[in-house]
Formats: sequence, structure tokens, C-alpha cells
Amino acid sequence: MASEREVDQATNTETTGHEWDGIRELDTPMPRWWLWTLYATIVWAVIYTILMPAWPMISSATPGLLGYSSRGALAEDVAMADAVNAPLNTELMNTDLASIADDPDMLRYATSGGRAIFLAHCSQCHGAGAAGVIGGYPNLLDDDWLWGGTIEDISQTITHGIRFEDDEDTRFSQMPAFGEMLTEEEIDGLVQYVLSLSGAEHDAEMAAESAEAFQDNCSACHGEDGTGMTELGAPNLTDSIWLYGGDPEAIHTTISQARYGIMPSFSWGDRLSPADIRKVAIYVHSLGGGQ
Amino acid sequence: MTDTSTPPPRLYAAREPIFPRRVSGWFRRFKWWIMVLTLGVYYITPWIRWDRGPELPNQAVLIDMANRRFYFFFIEIWPHEFYFVAGLLIMAGLGLFLFTAALGRVWCGYTCPQTVWTDLFILVERWIEGDRNARVRLWNAPWTAKKVRLRATKFTVWLLIALCTGGAWVFYFADAPTLLRDIFTFQAPLVAYASIAVLTATTFTFGGFMREQVCIYMCPWPRIQAAMMDEQTVTVAYRDWRGEPRGKHRKAEEAADLGDCIDCNACVNVCPMGIDIRDGQQLACITCALCIDACDDVMARIDKPRGLIDYITLEDGESERAGGPHTPVWRRILRPRIILYTVLWSAVGLALVAALVMRSDLAFSIEPVRNPINVVLSDGSIRNAYELRLRNMTGYDRDFRISVTAPYPLELALENEDGLTVSVPADETLRQRIYLTSAPDSPASDIPALDLSLTVEDAGSGTRVSEGTIFNGRQQ
Repeated sequence: MASEREVDQATNTETTGHEWDGIRELDTPMPRWWLWTLYATIVWAVIYTILMPAWPMISSATPGLLGYSSRGALAEDVAMADAVNAPLNTELMNTDLASIADDPDMLRYATSGGRAIFLAHCSQCHGAGAAGVIGGYPNLLDDDWLWGGTIEDISQTITHGIRFEDDEDTRFSQMPAFGEMLTEEEIDGLVQYVLSLSGAEHDAEMAAESAEAFQDNCSACHGEDGTGMTELGAPNLTDSIWLYGGDPEAIHTTISQARYGIMPSFSWGDRLSPADIRKVAIYVHSLGGGQ
Repeated sequence: MTDTSTPPPRLYAAREPIFPRRVSGWFRRFKWWIMVLTLGVYYITPWIRWDRGPELPNQAVLIDMANRRFYFFFIEIWPHEFYFVAGLLIMAGLGLFLFTAALGRVWCGYTCPQTVWTDLFILVERWIEGDRNARVRLWNAPWTAKKVRLRATKFTVWLLIALCTGGAWVFYFADAPTLLRDIFTFQAPLVAYASIAVLTATTFTFGGFMREQVCIYMCPWPRIQAAMMDEQTVTVAYRDWRGEPRGKHRKAEEAADLGDCIDCNACVNVCPMGIDIRDGQQLACITCALCIDACDDVMARIDKPRGLIDYITLEDGESERAGGPHTPVWRRILRPRIILYTVLWSAVGLALVAALVMRSDLAFSIEPVRNPINVVLSDGSIRNAYELRLRNMTGYDRDFRISVTAPYPLELALENEDGLTVSVPADETLRQRIYLTSAPDSPASDIPALDLSLTVEDAGSGTRVSEGTIFNGRQQ
């Protein structure tokens, strides 16, 4: 690589003096407009760092003369959305939940808002599609409701939660763990009786022998016919829906160890506004299981 | 060794000012009519009213962005029918190919907005500043009060035309009378003012100042046309075998040795592109045919036959030069290329017309809910949910009855509705959640994916549309 600058004969331009395999490069000066554009961007950059948050300091960056922050911009956007929705929310609070279906516009507003809130606050346990998880998180799409499936019932559940001790108005019930009170044989018999209630495969003899044990131990909450009691959140044992699984092992575990799920209260600590709770309740009600 | 004192060739061509002279003749008259027609269509169309009933806009041609509708007289296009727009664009493309193959750059010369508005701007310029010679004098004159006055008048009129042009554009996107009132009362949306400003600026600069530069340097069409034209394409050409050698014909004996071209430069002076057609076919020629008019006028005055500059094909040129005959006009038109373009163009057009005639004024789409794919109900039956989008593409409210056709019984239910009929307001899309449930002992409950079809029927007119979907029973 030679390093001799010379003037190219054809173009009258100086070369860079570098040579690669006989190829030399012209040292064409940068176009003026290009240079000026570069200077303009430098000036712009300086002005920008004065106006906008830019230079990193020990605890935060320089605030910038315009006082912009992305958090502030978000807060502004949220405040703007809240302001737009405020009259609609007031109207929603004044609407009778039972007759919300008669107001298609309000129904659409509530369900679309409710869907967004559901995905943010409820989907962690109940799933994005509201199908729940076997093992304690109820499916909200079916027609079986532990604590009632009208919009008012759903709204009540969301407002105060279930067995959520920080909320005084929470609904509470507790199934006893029968493993401490009954013998293993008695529990096995009860499992067969419970299986018989929903028409599942069972040992008819054992079930018949346990009918009395069921009336003594279980009917107070689950009812004499096993159809449950929504006031106490006691599930219907005669249907096909099993929150913790419907096979003999799962039912055995349920009877001996007891099951009671906990759902947080969404009015507690101002997690959701009353209007937002109504929206979620209306949304959940509209998914096919609402009563 | 190369001589070092030779400067490199300049790649930049400085612009020559162009002052097109007034011309009269058949083609000029034809172009005036084209201008009246195209500008008339552009300015008047948004103001045509068309009654579609109380629920829908009564503007004949309207691109309603907010509601995602395109209205064209009796046609209303919804977003899911965008293929109509795609089809029209394909037709426009094929049409351009067809016209270019047959008639060269006839689009450039007659109907291109750049040509039409430049023509209009030159007309205004001529009214205010005079014809070619006066304009050349004014160009070279120092800045006197008169020059300032003339220029100011010209720019004002240009600006008014540009403003009307930009202004007319926005009327295609909103109800024209309402928008006009809003514009003057400063209540129109910002985007309307911005669009008017941008289009006013582009019309003003493109029509007033950039003119032929747009055609030569900005437009891709002059490059594409080279591939689209062939020897049998009609184009504007100079009969050099008849015109050359050119000369002034000062003496009769001298004239005998010369061709018909008297080198009067009339063809050059009228050219809006500032070219000399006698140099042959060139990229800058938009085939506006004004040089034909100018030359015919001169030929008539010196008692020679018209057509020294004329619409001819390259092939005819070769043949004529050798003393041969012209190709008959029908041979130029009935050639495979032209026929192919025509067939393709008509096929797309017919397909669009057929689609337009056969399309239904109700449509729906099914979106099965996939999370979860099914739900077990308390009695053990299995339920699937679907989101339906029902589109009522008419100007009145309608009741749609939904039904299901499946090999095994499935119970249909609508969210928030007691029956199977749902009311869809005029010109709206309704989202409706529906459920299909199969009994626990039904075969459908044990089939992982059962094909079925849903039918939506207009309760009034009986119009029916069916779409297929599946029912998910218990998964194996």
C-alpha cells in the first residue's frame, strides 16, 4: 500500500494516496449540503439536550427546560381518558345492573372496558379466556356458580372477594377437614356416595351405606340432595363440574383435607373503582354463564 | 497522458426557461375540451348529490374514512370489499399499458394532471403577461413597477387556482357543503386545512414553476414508456425525409434543393417541454401534439401539404422513407399485444362488474372462540362460543335470523337475546356472541372437530348467506 497523494488525471481530483490491488480512491470532498446538514444536527442535538431530559446525573437525569417526562405524559393520557369516561361511568353507576341489557350502548361500553380490566386484574387466576384452572380457579364461562351468577352476585364477589379477611364484608364459609373426624373407610364411602350424586361410575353398595353419613356430615351445607347452597358458596355435587377434579382421588382429598379458595376484594385498597367493578361484572356475565 | 487542463464533463444540466407560444389547431381545440372535461369532473364531482335514505350520506362520491366506507353513486364499498379498489387500480394500470402500446404517451400529453394544470397555468400566464415574445421581454426586463404588478397578478391568480385545487380535494372526504361552511368558519378539522395547504403548495409550484421538470426528472412514466412502446405505436414524429435539408426558402431556386421544413422554429416555440421534435423521439416529449398544430399552420401558409410533423408509427416512418405504403390503421390496432391488453383489461372489468352484481347486501364472518375451545356445562353438555360480525350493508334497519346446519343436533343460543333473531341497525356491523351446545349423549360431543355451517337470513327479504365453521366436542 503506497501512501502517495497524487492528482488523478481524468477527473482532476486528488487521490487518498492509498492503493489496493492497483485501485486508488478519489478524495472527493463531501458535498456542502451534507456538511451543513451535519452541523445542523450537532446544533440540534445541543438544543435538544437543553430542552429535554438528557444528561445523566447521580440520582436522575437533567430535567430539561420543557419539563417533559414519559411518566408525566402517561399520567396526562390516563387523566384525559378518565375525563372522557367520567360521564359514562357516572351513567353506569346510575344504571340498574339487572336491566343493563336494555341499553346496548352502555352494555358495549361496559363489556369492552370490563374486558380490559379483566385481562389486567383477573386473568392471572381465571385465565385470559376466563376458563379458570382445575384445582381452585373457577371457570367463569359455565353455568355453575359457587356464589351466584347474576350480575349483582358477580359484582358482590368482585367487590368484597371471597374469604378475604381484610374486607369486613367478604363472604365467608369454610369446609371442615373430615380427615380428622372420620375414618378412612367412612371417607371412602362418602366418595362413592358423592360420585353417585352426579351419575358418575361408583360402587353402589358403598354409596348406599354412606347415604346416612352424607346427611349427617355434608347436607348442612351441600343440601340433602347435594345440590349445594350459593349463600354459603357450597358447590352443587350433582353436576358435571368439579373445581378440584371429579375423580375418586381428588374427591377423597377434598373431603379429608377440605377445600376453600380465596379471592381478593377489589374494592379493598381502591384497587378498582365501583364503576370498573361493574364493568368487569358485566363482562364476566356476558361470557355465556351469566344467570 | 490525458490533458490535465480538461475539466470533467458536467453532469448537471442548467434549466432553460421555456415560453410556449400560443397555438391554434385541431389538437389544441381537442386539448381545451379535455381540460374542460377533466377539470370539470374534478371540481364538480364532490357536489353531486345522491339520495341514499336518511341514515346514509347523500354525496354521490365520498370516501368516508371515519366510517370506513366508499360511496360511488349507487355503489357502496365496505372495507372487506377492498378488492374492488385493487381491481380498479389493476384496470388503471392495464389501461395505461393499453393506451401506451397503441397511442404512445397519450396519457402524458392529454390527461395527466401535471399536463392539464400546467396548461391552465400557462393560459393564465399568457392572459396576464402576453404571448411568447412579450414574456421573453418581461423575463429579461429589469424589475420595474409594471413587471412587479404583472408578476403579482399572475402569482395571485395561480394561487387562487391552486387553492381551489387543494380545496376541491378535501370535499371528496367529507360532506362538501358542510365542510365548505366549516372551512370558512374555522371549524373544519386540522387535517382538512393541512391537506388544502399541501395540495395548494404542490399545485402552485408544480404548475407554475417546476412544470416540465416534473415530467423529465420526477416522473417514472417516461422511463417506463420506453418498455411499453414498440415500432407500431403511434407517436409524434417529424418526417425528416420530407423536411430535410431544412432552409429558409429565401429564393425560389434555392427552395428547389431544400426540403419542406423552412426552419421557422414554430414547433420549438410552442413546445411546453422546450424540446425540438426534429431531433427525433426523446424522453422529454409528452406527445401533446401542439407542434403538429403549429407546423400544419405553417405548411398551410406556404402551400405545402399538412403533416410534416404528425402522428405516425416508427414502422410507417421506415416504410415511408423507402417509398413504401402505410400500414392500415386496423393492422396497428389488431395486433396480439393490443388484443391481450384489451382482453385482460375487460376480464378484470367484467369480473368486478360480476362481483358487484352478485354481492349480497348482508355479510357475516365467524370467529370461533379458541380460549377455551369448549366449555362443559353442569349437565355435562358441551358448549362452543363464536363471535359473529353481522354486516347490514343497506340504509335501513334489518332483522337477521341465525340458524345452524349440522349433521347432529346442536342447540343455538344468542348472548343477550331471547330468540334467534338479532336486529342490525342501518349501515352497521354488529358483533354478536352466539353459543352452540350439544347434549352430553349427542355424537357431536365426542367429535373433536365437527364441520357445520351457520346461515344468516334477512327476516324481511329472505336473503341468505352461509359460512362454514367447526364445533369442538371433547378432545381425544
